[in-house]
Amino acid sequence: MLKIENLHANVGDKEILKGISLTVNAGEVHAIMGPNGSGKSTLAQVIAGHPGYEVTSGSVIYEGADLLALQPEERAQHGIFLAFQYPVEIPGVTNAYFLRSAYNEIRKARGEEEVDPMDFLDLMEQKIKLVEMDEAMLHRSVNAGFSGGEKKRNEILQMAVLAPKLAILDETDSGLDIDALRIVAHGVNQLKRPDNATIVVTHYQRLLNYIVPDFVHVLAAGRIVKSGGKELALELEAKGYDWITEAA
Amino acid sequence: MSASIESLVNKEYAYGFVSDIDADTIPKGLNEDVVRLISAKKNEPAWLLEWRLKAYRRWTTMTEPHWANITYTPVDYQNLRYYSAPKSVKPLQSLDEVDPELLKVYGKLGISLNEQKRMSGVAVDAIFDSVSVGTTMKEELSKHGVIFCSFTEAVHNHPELVQRFLGSVVPYSDNFFAALNSAVFSDGSFCYVPKGVKCPIELSTYFRINAAETGQFERTLIVADEGASVSYLEGCTAPKRDENQLHAAVVEIIALDDANVKYSTVQNWYAGDKEGVGGIYNFVTKRGKAMTNAKISWTQVETGSAITWKYPSVILQGDNSTGEFYSVAVVNNKQQADTGTKMIHIGKNTKSTIISKGISAGQGQNSYRGQVKVLPKAENARNYTQCDSMLVGNKCGAHTFPYIEVGNNTATLEHEASTSKIGEDQIFYCKARGLSAENAISLIVSGFCKEVFKELPMEFALEAQQLLGITLEGSVG
Repeated sequence: MLKIENLHANVGDKEILKGISLTVNAGEVHAIMGPNGSGKSTLAQVIAGHPGYEVTSGSVIYEGADLLALQPEERAQHGIFLAFQYPVEIPGVTNAYFLRSAYNEIRKARGEEEVDPMDFLDLMEQKIKLVEMDEAMLHRSVNAGFSGGEKKRNEILQMAVLAPKLAILDETDSGLDIDALRIVAHGVNQLKRPDNATIVVTHYQRLLNYIVPDFVHVLAAGRIVKSGGKELALELEAKGYDWITEAA
Repeated sequence: MSASIESLVNKEYAYGFVSDIDADTIPKGLNEDVVRLISAKKNEPAWLLEWRLKAYRRWTTMTEPHWANITYTPVDYQNLRYYSAPKSVKPLQSLDEVDPELLKVYGKLGISLNEQKRMSGVAVDAIFDSVSVGTTMKEELSKHGVIFCSFTEAVHNHPELVQRFLGSVVPYSDNFFAALNSAVFSDGSFCYVPKGVKCPIELSTYFRINAAETGQFERTLIVADEGASVSYLEGCTAPKRDENQLHAAVVEIIALDDANVKYSTVQNWYAGDKEGVGGIYNFVTKRGKAMTNAKISWTQVETGSAITWKYPSVILQGDNSTGEFYSVAVVNNKQQADTGTKMIHIGKNTKSTIISKGISAGQGQNSYRGQVKVLPKAENARNYTQCDSMLVGNKCGAHTFPYIEVGNNTATLEHEASTSKIGEDQIFYCKARGLSAENAISLIVSGFCKEVFKELPMEFALEAQQLLGITLEGSVG
């Protein structure tokens, strides 16, 4: 599904990603871990197409095509979804309207028919249960005045509605209390299908108690310094990052 | 040739016009003879000619105002032509003959094919819906005694009403542009809703179907008699070009006791090109007078014109009267807007609300200018003003000039203002959800303008939102 080879990316003159290679197949869950400033979020943003990052070399092939040639919205239309670390507020635009616009634009791009507001509301009502959100949230402005936990749940709601092929969760666990964490993880697990994949970017192991990864990769100073199975996460929890980053 | 036209032609000649000029246009320049000629061509009664002449004489003593935050090439008033009869344009045969760019915009606005034809001047079949709908509406209106016609028709058919109310809110001496308009106005609309009548049709709907040819110096007079109510919409979201650069319209609204008038505008005149060449200078005077328990509400969406100078205002004359002003003004490229309102509290317990949303993009300059004045006898006056600016890019400007004068210490005034910048992060967030940059901006901006859009008649709210997106096209990344 996704094949990243020797990816280098800059912010301004500063190189953040220094040769990342990663292959993600359908049905897999990959966890990207690592200390602060290691480039985890940058990797997530580069896959989603954030204009603030410049890819200087390497390639990203998604479903057999050059992902880097696509605009961010085209990537989303092709099934890539980034759950933001810091979801953005859009005052005056209701959650329901925002999501319907996105949903229909993606359908349109795929040559499918747009869904009318009533049918869409039914879909939302069904999906909102997944993240245990109050329906009133649908009619509030996108993320405006939401608590940290509400914003993250809202990201998962969007993910549930847009049903991506490749979902990237960028530190979705940061700032969540244990109940919210459980709800978010439950939502993500419910959305897992054999034909989609998830990349979980996280600093802490605790999210991985709920979303069990098939692979764990440790990122340090812009490179993947170690990869392994889910037990690697537990090892990191016990020993910290130093033993790996120093060895690298 | 009818006798009256014949006399006109002779008159022209009598005034010494060279004979090879098209009978329906007059030479450039403005003087008393031109005013007389305009009045004569429209076969106006003596009182109206007299009024026009007084306006003209006053105008000659006035100077163009320059306090607004706008700069433009000076207008040479003697180099303008002040009258030309409506030209009969040969209808096009099909939409294929219409400028494809224009059609693209219509498409984006979601305007139906039939309406596209009508707006772009394509000949439409006589059984085309709107014709019959238009006739039905006219019957419906007259059944309720509502008068809705061109200003010229009103002068001939309802002179007592026109004479009673014309200039009663915006006197000809009010300001330079109002005086000019009073002297040379071409035509416009007249609306009278009799006592106790709730106008059965949103006049916006009517307008959509009979988009009246608006002139360079348009004059509108709306009167809601005691207990009457009416909702009126002028303008159109579709882009409008006009070869006349200067536009100076006057709109007067009179809401008598317990009356309610809602006036909505969507202004999308030609804004000039990206370099600011061409484009309409729009100098408009709009004002309403609300008597006891009456309410006047202005809603405007201003996206067009190179220069906008416009302050729809309410004189809160009667006790318990209410004035509202909801405005969205967008400037892009080199457009400049200086717009806002005046709320003059005279009666007791008068209430006004001002919600202004200014959006600046490109190198556009957007100024909000508003005055809230509470006179000494206006006990318990209340005003709420909210004035928000949004910047798109780094080369535009947003300015706010609020004037507050309070002469009675029982007044309660609130003023809130904010400035925000449309962020790259907001746009990226939308894009990451599959929305194009264009749709992202349109969405963010319409969220910003929500409080104003909800005041628009239903069918226009969505179009106005699309229009904003189109106006701001290409302003980000």
